[in-house]
Amino acid sequence: MKPASALAQGFPDLSGMRIAREPHWFRWISAALILLVLAAIARAFANGQIEWSYVSRFLTAKVILEGIVNTMVMAVLAMMLGIFLGVVVAIMRLSPNPVLKSVAAGYTWLFRGTPLILQLLLWFNLALVFPTIGIPGLWSARAVDVMTPFLAALLGLGINQGAYTSEVMRAGMLSVDIGQYEAAQAIGMGRLRALRRIVLPQAMRVVIPPLGNEFISMVKATSLASVIQYPELLHNAENIYYANSRVIELLIVAGLWYLLVVSILTPLQMLLERRFARGTLRLAR
Amino acid sequence: MTKPLVAIRSVAKNFGEFQALNNVSLDVWSGEVMCLIGASGSGKTTLLRCINQLATIDAGGIWLDGELLGVREHGGKLHRLSEREIGRQRLKTGMVFQRFNLFPHKTALENITEGPTQVQGRKADEVRTEALELLRRVGLAAKADSYPAQLSGGQQQRVAIARALAMKPMLMLFDEPTSALDPELVGEVLAVMKELARSGMTMMVVTHELGFAREVADRVVYMDQGAIVEEGRASDVLGAPREERTKAFLSAVI
Ligand SMILES: Nc1ncnc2c1ncn2[C@@H]1O[C@H](COP(=O)(O)OP(=O)(O)OP(=O)(O)O)[C@@H](O)[C@H]1O
Ligand SMILES: [Mg+2]
Repeated sequence: MKPASALAQGFPDLSGMRIAREPHWFRWISAALILLVLAAIARAFANGQIEWSYVSRFLTAKVILEGIVNTMVMAVLAMMLGIFLGVVVAIMRLSPNPVLKSVAAGYTWLFRGTPLILQLLLWFNLALVFPTIGIPGLWSARAVDVMTPFLAALLGLGINQGAYTSEVMRAGMLSVDIGQYEAAQAIGMGRLRALRRIVLPQAMRVVIPPLGNEFISMVKATSLASVIQYPELLHNAENIYYANSRVIELLIVAGLWYLLVVSILTPLQMLLERRFARGTLRLAR
Repeated sequence: MTKPLVAIRSVAKNFGEFQALNNVSLDVWSGEVMCLIGASGSGKTTLLRCINQLATIDAGGIWLDGELLGVREHGGKLHRLSEREIGRQRLKTGMVFQRFNLFPHKTALENITEGPTQVQGRKADEVRTEALELLRRVGLAAKADSYPAQLSGGQQQRVAIARALAMKPMLMLFDEPTSALDPELVGEVLAVMKELARSGMTMMVVTHELGFAREVADRVVYMDQGAIVEEGRASDVLGAPREERTKAFLSAVI
């Protein structure tokens, strides 16, 4: 039988009681163990064959600072080239034209399919294939003069990046609802204008996290350009230790700089994400 | 003799083996409000999409304002128009989608000004003034700077109507403009459409709102399986249908 309006008896009053704090023994023990391991590693490094004074001296050496500047210049320019190519190739891939489609697919296949360091070496040694380059009758130059370490690194890194970025961009464009494209067409926009004004800005929101990832990889990938004499951070650090034999100290210097740069990039990415989150509810609140 | 604004002649549209439109012929006269009704899958959306060329027809022809859509006749053959020319033809029609399709990264005002400034290349301040006037007309003057995500469904659909009107189309196409809305929001969108109808706009409206059709439509078209089954004055088709299929449909939905 159900009484008309009284609540059933036999359920204790819980008001005024709090959730108790549990001791979390396992967390304490595991944290202690990890600290112990870290201390052992730190001790090993402190007593090892490392002259820390060299690290601090070379951390701000002119050649190292020039190296980090060159690294950043190359990372930014190559990334810009990569994003430009990535957007173009992604649009080609999504176009109805079968020729454009297969050219785009071929580009991605070729440059993702071979090691980056090999591509850098090929660009740098282009002179072996084409001693002179130019436009017939208009302009020509010796390839060795044109293909400087800077240009070879830019082309190698940027074109390789474009192959990866195109896939990121394609995913971003596919993530935009087809209705957006139709609405753009309905107000008279052509394919390219709809992409530029409507689809790409919305795709940006999706592609910024993976592109941030790619840029961080790019900063570190510039170190591969040391093999073609581009004076970036690692290359300059190597030049110093060839002279003074402080190999580990200079590698630590370079490593610290890479860490610093990457640490600064992460909050920058968050700023960008917020910029492109315009119009989403999360920001509207 | 005057000509209809839209003349649809023997139009067919296939999706693979499936015939979505089958020998459809229809006239829409300037200033007329036409409602298209019919069961799900009967081809109503497809017909609207063919008129503003979001879909290409497989046979027959559609003339808008005396101009053949999508193709040009030359030497006994039909040649597809360029994307640019199709874009120009699309400016004569405005489309309102079932799911609004507002641009989420643009404010209500920017959604409306996008077409006139970017596509028609008109001056920004003049377009802005007109857009604010349109927002006022659909009752959303206070929401100019809101993003779509900050608007209710009914408000979003009214912005979408304003966006289509901003292009100054001669024909407005509505594809179930209220069927994605909560019942209490349907009225505000229908009110805007009624006002638009009174202002003399030519409208083709796919709808399940038979009350709206009865009140506003000059003509009602009943479609089934990709074909027009019955067509006539709203009071006749809805009140005294001739065809058995129309009768069955109407008694099922009421
Ligand atoms: N892109 C497409 N590919 C394949 N089939 C399609 C496509 N678009 C529509 N169809 C088919 O064509 C038929 C007509 O579709 P349409 O969307 O025009 O119907 P409708 O009358 O608008 O229906 P509803 O009231 O459900 O919106 C349906 O059977 C549908 O499955
Ligand atoms: Mg439909």
